[in-house]
Amino acid sequence: MATLEIHDLHVSVDGEGGPKEILRGVDLTVKQGETHAIMGPNGSGKSTLAYSLAGHPKYTITGGSVALDGEDVLAMSVDERARAGVFLAMQYPVEIPGVSVSNFLRTSATAVRGEAPKLRTWVKEVKEAMARLEMNPAFAERNVNEGFSGGEKKRHEILQLELLKPKIAILDETDSGLDIDALRIVSEGVNRVRESGEVGTLLITHYTRILRYIKPDHVHVFAAGRIVESGGPELADKLEAEGYEQYTKGTVG
Amino acid sequence: MAADSTVATRMSAPPSFDVADFPVPHGREEEWRFTPLDRLRGLHDGTATADGSVKVVVDAPDAVTVETVGRDDPRIGKAGKPVDRVAAQAFSAFEKATVVSVPAEAVLTEPVRVSLHGEGGVTYGHTVFSVGAFAEAVLVLDHTGDTVRSANVEFQVGDGAKLTVVSVQDWDGTAVHCSQHNVLIGRDASFKSVVVTFGGDLVRIHPRVTYAAPGGEAELYGLYFTHNGQHQEHRLFVDHTAPNCRSDVAYKGALQGTDAHAVWIGDVLIRAAATGTDTYELNRNLVLTDGARVDSVPNLEIETGEIVGAGPASATGRFEDEQLFSLMARGIPAEEARRLVVRGFFAELVQQIGVPDVEERLIAKLEAELKASIA
Repeated sequence: MATLEIHDLHVSVDGEGGPKEILRGVDLTVKQGETHAIMGPNGSGKSTLAYSLAGHPKYTITGGSVALDGEDVLAMSVDERARAGVFLAMQYPVEIPGVSVSNFLRTSATAVRGEAPKLRTWVKEVKEAMARLEMNPAFAERNVNEGFSGGEKKRHEILQLELLKPKIAILDETDSGLDIDALRIVSEGVNRVRESGEVGTLLITHYTRILRYIKPDHVHVFAAGRIVESGGPELADKLEAEGYEQYTKGTVG
Repeated sequence: MAADSTVATRMSAPPSFDVADFPVPHGREEEWRFTPLDRLRGLHDGTATADGSVKVVVDAPDAVTVETVGRDDPRIGKAGKPVDRVAAQAFSAFEKATVVSVPAEAVLTEPVRVSLHGEGGVTYGHTVFSVGAFAEAVLVLDHTGDTVRSANVEFQVGDGAKLTVVSVQDWDGTAVHCSQHNVLIGRDASFKSVVVTFGGDLVRIHPRVTYAAPGGEAELYGLYFTHNGQHQEHRLFVDHTAPNCRSDVAYKGALQGTDAHAVWIGDVLIRAAATGTDTYELNRNLVLTDGARVDSVPNLEIETGEIVGAGPASATGRFEDEQLFSLMARGIPAEEARRLVVRGFFAELVQQIGVPDVEERLIAKLEAELKASIA
């Protein structure tokens, strides 16, 4: 069973006044089949955790370890992590001019699967996955994220999730900027992947809204660069009722 | 708003056909300040004697006339005068000019191809492409081989005509090429050019567009891939002289390697008479490695407020880290991700060419350049 183990992770970014520590000792274990929600106020470091796990060059790991089935994730390049089974659904997917969605998807699938998918089955696979996410087939011919609405960008991220079938899916504020219909469609996509039982999901969110659609097994409260409280789904209800204030008082943001 | 255009007044001398009207540049002049004069091999100071040759092959549909004419041919010089010493040197030195004419109302189904292969030495040239009223033509100008060359190329686009020009600079690494393009656009005529520069030691292309009458349209596109030691300079000037004309300028370049130097100057002047002008210009550069340098200078001057739109944009970016990350985060190895991003970066301009074999050759060139950069 695939397991992601994060131990005492410290991460900093280069700021104007020198390096600034954002993550201050994160401990978390995510197993295949589990869904963990990470909730926290803005600026708590949630997205830094997501991008650090994916290997974004902006973040410097200053301490701790991350292992996927015992393999040192931090020693891997960005593409190696993805091929090892770590997937990050981005909060702000970027435009890639001149690269079509279909080219991008096929190149990604080829890289992750280790061989080019057979054309005929691949076309069918993509078509069906797009239909499930209520995406227009013409979408495949557009350039990646170019002129996409917020909802289209997020559907496209979840489309990639469905096609690439990672071991660990990190969803960075996938719910942000979505209207209720798009939120439902995107959540259903995530749930389809979860139902396979083959993915461990790290759901990073500011709001409890998405948790009505995607039921977490564990909820963690993130504040000032670390997990400050963990519990079951009931913790989300508490946050819904009381907000983050009790966690942010007296801490630096 | 400036009463006098600095685009015109900042030049060392007024336009002229005579090289003697231009002082020998020393490098501090506005039009020469980015160009390494010592690599012009004497084109700028009168020491480059025409001792070389180029092999010219013209492949044109039957309707097209191709003539070799003397200096006194009345069709020469109608689209504009040389504006700097090197262009004037070419004009003063050429002996025979080539005139390629597309008759009025002829709609060509195949491109006119002019291949120019340098066979060493210094050469000067003058070529006139004249497209009659309501005619439609695509012209592919191909430059290969080695020469030290200065040339003037005229594009006379008749009323209601449509001309697309693809100029490929695929020189050997030792070539020097300076070329002033003079474009004169007739009433309601369209001119589109795609300037593609890969090769050469020093290439300096200077397209200049003027509108003879209202309603004209110019699309000036370019792409360049500048590698170590190369100097590639594209200077554009769109002179909006007539009302209700449009211009769209987009040049993109990628650079890699030590002392790769790309220069892009985009001058657009909207004169007082040019009401209803719609213009946009853009230059984007992708710096793939350390040691490369870009000078990108968009310059828009507006002498009338009654315009439809005007916008300059210039950006030089390090290789797009976020795009690279997005691709690698989906398992795509760094090299392949770079290739995708660079191909994508140029794709919209490659698509503008519209001549399949030229597009394919370009993509192959691009791949070869990228492979060289990764190795």
